[in-house]
Amino acid sequence: MKVTFKVNGKSHTVDIDAGEFLLETLRKLGYKSVKHGCDTASCGACSVQLDGNPVLSCRTFTAAVDGHEIKTVEAFSNNEGLSDIQLALLKEGAVQCGFCVPGLVVTADALLRENPNPTEEDVKEYLNGNLCRCTGYESQTRAIVKLAKERRSGGE
Amino acid sequence: MEVKAPKKEVNKEGFNVVDKSVDKVDGYALVSGKPVFTDDFYPQDALTVKILRSPHAHAIIKHIDTSKAESLEGVACVLTYKDVPRVVYTRAGQGFPEPSPYDTFVLDKKVRYVGDAVAIVAAENEKIAEEALKLIKVDYEVLDSVLDFEHAEDEDAPIIHDEPEISGAYDPKHNIASHYEMEIGNVDEELSKCDVTYEGTFYTPNQSHAMMEPHAAFSYLDPNGRLTIVTSTQVPFHVRRIIKRIFGVESRVIKPRIGGGFGGKQAVHVEAYVTAVTLKTGRPARCVYTRKETMTASNTRHQMRFKVRVGADKNGKLKVIDLWGLSNTGAYGEHALTTFMVAGSKTLPLYNKVNAVRFGGDVVYTNTEPAGAFRGYGAPQGMFALDSALDELAHKLGMDPVEFKLKNSIREGETSPVFKYMGEGREGVEQIVESCKIEECALEGAKLFNWHEKRKRKRIEGTKAHGYGVAFAMQGSSIAAIDMGGATIKMNDDGTFNLMVGATDLGTGSDTILAQIAAEALHTTMDKIIVYSSDTDVTPFDTGAYASSTTYVSGNATKKAAEKMAKEILKAAAEIMKENVEDLYLKDGKVFSKNGDSLTYSEIQTRLFYTFNQRQLEVTESFVSQVSPPPYMVSFAEVEIDLETGKVEVIDFLNYVDCGTTINPILAKGQVEGATAQGIGMALYEEHIWDKNGRMVTDDFFTYKIPARDDIKNVRVYFAKSYEPTGPFGAKSVSEIGLDTPGPAIANAIYDAVGIRVHKLPIKSEELYFELVKKGIAAL
Ligand code: FES
Ligand code: FES
Repeated sequence: MKVTFKVNGKSHTVDIDAGEFLLETLRKLGYKSVKHGCDTASCGACSVQLDGNPVLSCRTFTAAVDGHEIKTVEAFSNNEGLSDIQLALLKEGAVQCGFCVPGLVVTADALLRENPNPTEEDVKEYLNGNLCRCTGYESQTRAIVKLAKERRSGGE
Repeated sequence: MEVKAPKKEVNKEGFNVVDKSVDKVDGYALVSGKPVFTDDFYPQDALTVKILRSPHAHAIIKHIDTSKAESLEGVACVLTYKDVPRVVYTRAGQGFPEPSPYDTFVLDKKVRYVGDAVAIVAAENEKIAEEALKLIKVDYEVLDSVLDFEHAEDEDAPIIHDEPEISGAYDPKHNIASHYEMEIGNVDEELSKCDVTYEGTFYTPNQSHAMMEPHAAFSYLDPNGRLTIVTSTQVPFHVRRIIKRIFGVESRVIKPRIGGGFGGKQAVHVEAYVTAVTLKTGRPARCVYTRKETMTASNTRHQMRFKVRVGADKNGKLKVIDLWGLSNTGAYGEHALTTFMVAGSKTLPLYNKVNAVRFGGDVVYTNTEPAGAFRGYGAPQGMFALDSALDELAHKLGMDPVEFKLKNSIREGETSPVFKYMGEGREGVEQIVESCKIEECALEGAKLFNWHEKRKRKRIEGTKAHGYGVAFAMQGSSIAAIDMGGATIKMNDDGTFNLMVGATDLGTGSDTILAQIAAEALHTTMDKIIVYSSDTDVTPFDTGAYASSTTYVSGNATKKAAEKMAKEILKAAAEIMKENVEDLYLKDGKVFSKNGDSLTYSEIQTRLFYTFNQRQLEVTESFVSQVSPPPYMVSFAEVEIDLETGKVEVIDFLNYVDCGTTINPILAKGQVEGATAQGIGMALYEEHIWDKNGRMVTDDFFTYKIPARDDIKNVRVYFAKSYEPTGPFGAKSVSEIGLDTPGPAIANAIYDAVGIRVHKLPIKSEELYFELVKKGIAAL
């Protein structure tokens, strides 16, 4: 079957297999930032935004995104540089192997839109599904809380 | 005017690039989601490789029929034990000759655990490959199996390794992969003279690495027909050597970015399978493990049991330590002897003032997933037993455990006979401890944690109990006299330097810290150092990323190479400027002479390329250490126990670390925070469970719980002011030590809270709850 949807503003029409999941479709299209960590909706590495909301692409049917908009971490940087979320994570040492980071960035972005003033607890709760085996989470949480503060004081 | 040359010896305060939290050199690529991991850039026409795995814990393949699978459209090949070389080897990625037994074949007629490889399938795509797996018919003769490592040596236990080719195993007829024992002094005699003694048995679990990126590799023949393997590995050079052993072919092994390793990628996993397919078909082949395969068919931490006996006099002087262990290496003996020895060699020297010390035991085979290297490498297992026992002893003596452990621990300028007795799989090396700030770690840590005030607090209030625990740890920095690192530096006419290292950055940031070391020694800035690592055709050799060796060994190699390059630059500049070398010095990417003249690095190499005494400046240096300076750490834990459920929460965890100079403080802190989280996982959540047939039921992130963001409450990290004279710019290792303390610190805190001594990790809430009920302090 044919499905049409936008990824990072660009329209794609693709032929998909029955029961194909979005993670596979996106990686086939070349969006390699979307990571394959578990395939069972338990790690968060495959997180993308669907119309602005974080979803797990490994368990989202591609057929279900027909007519919708997807955003991946590729859309968070350009030749000019990185987004403030990415920079904040880098500066705080919150990126070790980096495998969890694309999923983390898109989820943190949604969090900060929903709640521009999150406490540490809010961050931990919202991002609880984004597993990271390297950092022990502390630096990532610090980075996001700090960024929210900077944004509020007009540092954007 | 005479300009004074800066002092030769860089002191700690004088660093320009080292001891600064510069950005990771690969940070931009990682945060922007660039395709830098193995499975992001495999060749378009690569075959997908899948492995048929054994459903039985112990069986012989009586008959295997692959004809149906082979005739399926889109299947390129199906390989069984008949189709791959029968060469015995070990998957362990260690120095050669490996201390691990040779007891493994790429595919064998016998399978030894549920998940063992039976056949390799390669097909045009994943779907076909999976379809083909189902079409392979295997007749098994199912054998008795042994799943419980405490029964591996039973009289009637089945023999797991009866293959005639096995070598290097201690007593395979009795399922003993390795055995070790040593005694200094007489422990029994010393124990009989002690005023207080403690004896107990402690268990630690078979933890999974659970790195976020599953094992992955692809292979292809380059245009000249040379085999190339791109793989998510910690040990590219060992992979090259082992592939040559098995298949008899030379290869190039490239490691791209890795999505975490923690020891799990210090072995040959996927590489042998893709190589077999590429050699058979001539086509590129790609294999990525599923999460289930990563959980069930790669490696775990060695599950261990230690019987510990300790004794002290009434003044609190520790007299004797006896650690007798049993370790479970699973179906194959990867890292069997060495992880076991590290349980002693990286714990016992910490308490160097004893009169007698004994360590030993067996490492046994079972029909379970093979164990392997895992961050800490035996030390967390040994330290859980030892530190818990010392905590008991302190309580018996009525002493503050901080005071008791500190009083008996090693100091700068001292040594321990254990250093000499116990190396990795062989004798160790003598060494005097040149940097050890354990006093600062303990005393300052206690202050920051508010240890003394907290211990005066009431422990049980309402339905909650609070407790406070402390644990001490040491590790090493490399395997002395074995680990080797090489570094090549090449100067370019634009003033940049190519730094080529065999060292393997697995997310740890080693590319970054090695660049910092090079920049510091070359008196230039980070943006002028271009790092390229872990490509066996291009970079010099390095044993790999393990044994806490990269900062120390590869760091020293890099520093040596950079210093030699600095000399080469000065020599060339002296010729060009017609000055004496002694009158020149390096600063800010330039060579200065006493009279104030200067030449930039770019000017020098440009002249050398085109107009003056033409040559390429390039140097290669190697480093092998004769010592392995331990980092030290003291950790303080506060736990809250829910008396209604037995649930334990670590609400505060403070680490005070002596790792010498922190080359990059923020990356060093990240290493400690990350290891702490893994240690909390080992202490509270992580354990594999098998059903009675040996099938692992904890095979995904739902059934095997690693700490999530919400589980980590407050982890604090402080660094002692310390300088290791043998380290690069004073540095020691920092990557593993953080895993050694959470188990004992949390267990000690539970004891402090409710008086229950935990003998087994992970500490499960239901088990603790029953203990609380028995003690009459559970809230019903
Ligand atoms: S890959 Fe989707 S949650 Fe893990
Ligand atoms: S940085 Fe490695 S998993 Fe998060």
